[in-house]
Amino acid sequence: MSLPALSDEAAPRSGAPAQIVPLPRPPAVRRRAAAVARAAAAHVLPPLLTLAAVLLVWQVVTSQNPAGLPSPTAIWRDSRELILDPFFDRGGVDKGLFWHALTSLRRVAVGFSLAAVVGVALGVLVGSSKMAHRGLDPIFQVLRTVPPLAWLPISLAALHEAQPSALFVIFITAIWPIVINTAVGVRNIPQDYVNVGRVLRLSPLEYFVTILLPAATPYIFTGLRIGVGMSWLAIVASEMLLGGVGVGFFIWDQYNASRISDIVVALVWVGLVGFALDRLVALLGRIVSRGAAAS
Amino acid sequence: MASRAYLSIENVGVTFGSGSEVLRGVDLTVDRGEFISIIGHSGCGKSTLLNVVAGLLPVTTGAVILDKQAVDAPGPERAVVFQNHSLLPWLSVYDNVRLAVDKVFRRTKSRAERHAWTLHNLALVQMTHAKDKKPAEISGGMKQRVGLARALAMEPKVLLLDEPFGALDALTRANLQDSVMEIHAKLGNTVLMITHDVDEAVLLSDRIVMMTNGPAAGIGDVVTVDLPRPRSRIEVDTKPAYVAARHAVIEFLYSRHPGFRSAA
Repeated sequence: MSLPALSDEAAPRSGAPAQIVPLPRPPAVRRRAAAVARAAAAHVLPPLLTLAAVLLVWQVVTSQNPAGLPSPTAIWRDSRELILDPFFDRGGVDKGLFWHALTSLRRVAVGFSLAAVVGVALGVLVGSSKMAHRGLDPIFQVLRTVPPLAWLPISLAALHEAQPSALFVIFITAIWPIVINTAVGVRNIPQDYVNVGRVLRLSPLEYFVTILLPAATPYIFTGLRIGVGMSWLAIVASEMLLGGVGVGFFIWDQYNASRISDIVVALVWVGLVGFALDRLVALLGRIVSRGAAAS
Repeated sequence: MASRAYLSIENVGVTFGSGSEVLRGVDLTVDRGEFISIIGHSGCGKSTLLNVVAGLLPVTTGAVILDKQAVDAPGPERAVVFQNHSLLPWLSVYDNVRLAVDKVFRRTKSRAERHAWTLHNLALVQMTHAKDKKPAEISGGMKQRVGLARALAMEPKVLLLDEPFGALDALTRANLQDSVMEIHAKLGNTVLMITHDVDEAVLLSDRIVMMTNGPAAGIGDVVTVDLPRPRSRIEVDTKPAYVAARHAVIEFLYSRHPGFRSAA
């Protein structure tokens, strides 16, 4: 890292005559590109090295016992088509992983959006009314500990169909962190902002829009971020039981067919999609709450 | 004179729910255009008194009457400049002031007039240059200027300043004091200011209200500062009236009603 600093110091002052520059120097653009590349490498290289190490250990450990977990090379041999072509579609559930992931994502989009709307509304209610807090909070605290899959039989019994049941499971899993974080955000609005609203005699609606919502936005997005992660957990689990197209059922289906290699590939997809969802919500939060940080 | 006792605080007592009595029997009348400072040791209830006048806290006994109307809720005719500026961090400087202007003059001013009025008040506190900045991007003194602009823009009947310069360094504070004096001279606002700075109180005020220590604090004494306006901090410093007023306040605070030693 000391190299660029040295070359900067050696660079000629802008007022110096041209003839004392004996060596051709990289233009500023190329130097900046090099700096960006170095920064990228500093962030990308460590995880890549870790990954390589894990794969190596995995290879060494599993190659002794071909009947157990497949080694990375065995996975590449068995599931090359699945890895290289995520977009094939031979009808029914025989599709590339892209289509399975897309179906699961659609379910998450619907269930999570519902959870976001209802969750923020309930959170605002619980956060701003003492009576609502006393009445609802204990119930929420109990319900939020119920595992996602435990909701599935109940929702199947109530809704009779697989599709709405899966949506309900996502909804009920994602909603609690949203409710709880929103409520904390609303309760933590600084008294000063509340007083500003009172001195200005803002109506409840004006107060909601100009003070409550912006002040609670960072908390709301914390809840949404936890919620989206949990809804992705829930969808994979519930699809295992419900069947049809979707990453969760794909994993279950391959398990029944003893194709462990395909499951490993699907797990990589599940992880990457979950990671992308988390980053997406975090990015949205940063955009929306820009400047709302306390000063 | 008809405008006698424009603001009148009558036998105000405040007891909190926990049973602790903060204020007892506070009586004070303020004329229109008067600049009053309230001074006292920490915890003597001066902020409580200001919050009562603002309507942010209910009285337990007595009443606050402003321009023949009893105060029972907060409102823009009693604008507050809070100690920690309390600008909304997600709004720009302009939007912070505009929010108040839009709320107070929604029916009486057109959109263009409200825009002009917002800019006018920012100019009054010399903050036009930073109108598009977020509060986090300006200094503490500038934030207080914007807070002052927001309060002034409401055209309050009485301007309430809650230790407005308490968190600022001495030079910034002197600058803001001069600005407040200029604005007071120009607009003739009625001002109630909480402070614990003796020089600030003497320089700015027509009268200084000195509060006894709590619990059940009240007004111990009132000093009239008999100095002509406009006042300049350099000239005023050696005038007998200034020295006398300053001495009276210091005598009250440190000899007659000393605070806790440990708190000093």
